[in-house]
Amino acid sequence: MPSSDAGRLGGEELGARLDGIFSFDVSSGRSYQELIDALAPLPREEQEFALHWAQVAARTHLEIAYLAVLLLPQALRRLSRRQAEAWLVAALEGFDRSGLRTAVVRLRDIEGFARGARGEVLALQDVDARLGRFLQGLSGRGLRVAAAEAAWTDTETVFLPPAIAVASREAGAERYKAIAALLWAQARYGTFNVDLDAALAAGPGRDAALAWLALLEALRLAARLGHELPGLRGELAVLLHDLPPQLDSARVPLAAPQAGVADSLEWLRQHPELLASPPHACAWLGALRPDEARRLRDARIRQQAEVLRLSVAELLESLREEKAASQLDLEADAERLEVKVMVDGQELTLPPEGLAAAQSLIQDLGEIPPELLVAAGEAPWKPADKPGSGAGATMETRADLLLDEWDYRRRAYRRGWCHVYLHTVGGDDLAYVPAVRARHAPLVRQLRRRFEAMRGEDRTLRRQADGPEVDMDALVEAIADRRGGAEPSPRLFCRRQRDERSLAAAFLVDMSGSTEGWINDAEREALVMLCEALEMLDDRYAIWGFSGWTRTRCDLYRIKEFDEDYGVDVQSRIAAIKPRDYTRMGPPIRYLTRRLLGEPARHRLLVSLSDGRPDDFGDDYRSQYGIEDTRQALLEARQAGVRSYCVTLDRNGPDYLKHMYGPAAYSVLDDVRKLPLKVAEIYRKLTI
Amino acid sequence: MNRPHMHALAPELETFAAEPYYQPVGRELELFAAAAQKKLPVLLKGPTGCGKTRFVEYMAWKLGRPLVTVACHDDLTSADLVGRYLLAGEETVWLDGPLTAAVRAGAICYLDEVVEARKDTTVVIHPLTDTRRVLPVEKRGELVRAPDDFLLVVSYNPGYQSVLKELKQSTRQRFIALDFDYPPAELEAAIVARETGIAGEIAAQLVKIAGLTRNLKGQGLDEGASTRLLVHAGHLIAAGVAPREACQAAIGRALTDDGDSVASVDDLIRAVF
Repeated sequence: MPSSDAGRLGGEELGARLDGIFSFDVSSGRSYQELIDALAPLPREEQEFALHWAQVAARTHLEIAYLAVLLLPQALRRLSRRQAEAWLVAALEGFDRSGLRTAVVRLRDIEGFARGARGEVLALQDVDARLGRFLQGLSGRGLRVAAAEAAWTDTETVFLPPAIAVASREAGAERYKAIAALLWAQARYGTFNVDLDAALAAGPGRDAALAWLALLEALRLAARLGHELPGLRGELAVLLHDLPPQLDSARVPLAAPQAGVADSLEWLRQHPELLASPPHACAWLGALRPDEARRLRDARIRQQAEVLRLSVAELLESLREEKAASQLDLEADAERLEVKVMVDGQELTLPPEGLAAAQSLIQDLGEIPPELLVAAGEAPWKPADKPGSGAGATMETRADLLLDEWDYRRRAYRRGWCHVYLHTVGGDDLAYVPAVRARHAPLVRQLRRRFEAMRGEDRTLRRQADGPEVDMDALVEAIADRRGGAEPSPRLFCRRQRDERSLAAAFLVDMSGSTEGWINDAEREALVMLCEALEMLDDRYAIWGFSGWTRTRCDLYRIKEFDEDYGVDVQSRIAAIKPRDYTRMGPPIRYLTRRLLGEPARHRLLVSLSDGRPDDFGDDYRSQYGIEDTRQALLEARQAGVRSYCVTLDRNGPDYLKHMYGPAAYSVLDDVRKLPLKVAEIYRKLTI
Repeated sequence: MNRPHMHALAPELETFAAEPYYQPVGRELELFAAAAQKKLPVLLKGPTGCGKTRFVEYMAWKLGRPLVTVACHDDLTSADLVGRYLLAGEETVWLDGPLTAAVRAGAICYLDEVVEARKDTTVVIHPLTDTRRVLPVEKRGELVRAPDDFLLVVSYNPGYQSVLKELKQSTRQRFIALDFDYPPAELEAAIVARETGIAGEIAAQLVKIAGLTRNLKGQGLDEGASTRLLVHAGHLIAAGVAPREACQAAIGRALTDDGDSVASVDDLIRAVF
């Protein structure tokens, strides 16, 4: 035990304490002497601090503890006690997240930490959902947020450092917001509108040029953002703070409102001396990876141009009945993302998915070049011949039922077009449901409570012929009626009664191949929780999965029938849900509509859970055709008195879902972890 | 019959001496005026707080007719609309409901959020909405014939997500329907500035915030910020509240209770102010 006097610990005492923490194997080559030398000159308080943290770190990894003790004297010269703690915690978190190397790098980077550190470390995973919503708000088209060592964007995902250290968590969130906004601005304000690879000559200086250009663009975009979103100005100024002084002369020209990426390139061309070496790293400013960004951007432009082209073509077709030739003009306002479609001078409204596509194109291109509206000679995607996969080919004549499909171009049904097969999912994993239930026990309890509350509150029925209480309003009225000479109503009582909800619900689960991975897991967990919660109610419900491979094989998988109990059979079938083929949505909707109509309930509800737009192999179901057929199937459902609701995990969902499902009958989820809760909430919202 | 103290309970016929401020967005003035001239009932569709009520007030002023507004709720019965007998001392007194009062006065009767009312109440308005244009007052055995100036206007917000609340086809197909939405950005800023007296620049920033929140619709928010919320925020700012705080109170917290969503809206507010 150390002596209790306040003096610093001597070499022997330190050795004994360290031995209690490390107990080195003599053969490891490590010795305490290095550590004792490091700690001996420190005041007692700091020695104790070091020993305490060595002990903490040793529980994680001895190597970290060793390095921490070794570096701590240096760290304490640079950092306050609190900051040093944050520095150590950041290293330990680094180990938890990505292993020893990260922890060591973080420990060694005392300087870097000191520059950024004012005491707190904020991990990206604590704010990524929030940042995602922030970016959704800015762009309206949704950007993913993901962690990477350096900040950059490929225009679909914003990559941010996994953790940053600043004064407080809130300040950390502000820092993240500014970095993310600056990266979003690259796509919004045209950094990738020119071919940067072509603009920057290949060669030894290319990397340096790209790094300088990244800083120039940061300068330009920060000025632009400061104008558009003044609330970010302060934080943006911090980001730009340690920009190399060589760039000072670029500040004014690039802050001009009309400055574009060409101006950054031009400035760089006029300063060739900079290309000799790359700039020193600016911690938070995004890097540029034009090849990645262009690849995604080009794919997106192709896709959105196709959507816009289809929308416009449809618009023209609807006019064609009146006129033969039409003059088409498209006017885009890049500032406001507004677009005007004029046909022969008359302004027309684009359908929502066309408008969204046009806005996306304006963000990418700054305008809508007329040639985009001319159909490309080669279709981007060509149906390939499907090698006859025995089952699919031969079962054609034995379909369980044939369903019609809507062809929006013909404005007519294709009769008996879809061959529907009904299967039962087989499975014997009885442990899955109890495991999910245990893992999410608090959530299941919360859901059960919510559903229990929904079971129907007691309601007072007024003006009843009999009941335990007198209805004063009715009585007054009756007396008045009698005085007035009219015959008074005999219904003078109130009675409390529990509401009958009389509702049948069918749940349709996307089992297409694209749900592979977390979506499938999330769907299954959502179903478990949903069933757990629904057991609180008396509503009848069924669950079916769907998948398909062309119109000749639309598979429906029975998971739970209306009159089936939520027992081990159902539970093992939920466990056995797995990704299969494609998403032909019309047939399953039509089938379940029929089934719902067979249910003796006052309200009928169809809830579909999917990961994206309708899609099928071979034919053009993935285009407007699929959307229109799905919409038609839902219209049929609606006309038959079945309400439908879609929960989708597709970030691009809203564009076409609004058209497909009609306003308000869908929900897009931003956070997978919330899926189970959300499904239950939507159900509640719908049926309350 | 009509005792003085009963007047307090009588439905209010609002008349507009001064022109209420309304900024037309499309052709709604002309369509409404034409419908009024041809005695066709009007259905206003649109999200909450986009100016439907103000529009009706403006049209009442413009057409020089009194206005009776009924905010519908789920306990609204047909008696609440048509009227009932009340006891006053030893006498019974008939009191016209707001609908009956409007019919008698040749007023515009505006049933706000009509889907909220109980299903059976909508049936009362059916005979008023076709060529008969009559209101049967069953209790009194009276058939009130609507004068030419009577006009029925109802509104509803198609954004509601409940299965149980939707306008029946038999009801909706009696109306001329006008779509309302938030005005384009510049117009909306002008409206907010005009309503609250704040500078155009600040109004434009409020509109920017509204646009950002509308991008979040379906991603945690049921609705984006309405023009009404912007006006509220503008009023707070005009009263000396700092813009950020005004927006947090009038927009962020007004939109949602969900902690995450409030934080997201807050992030967007702070990006602008």
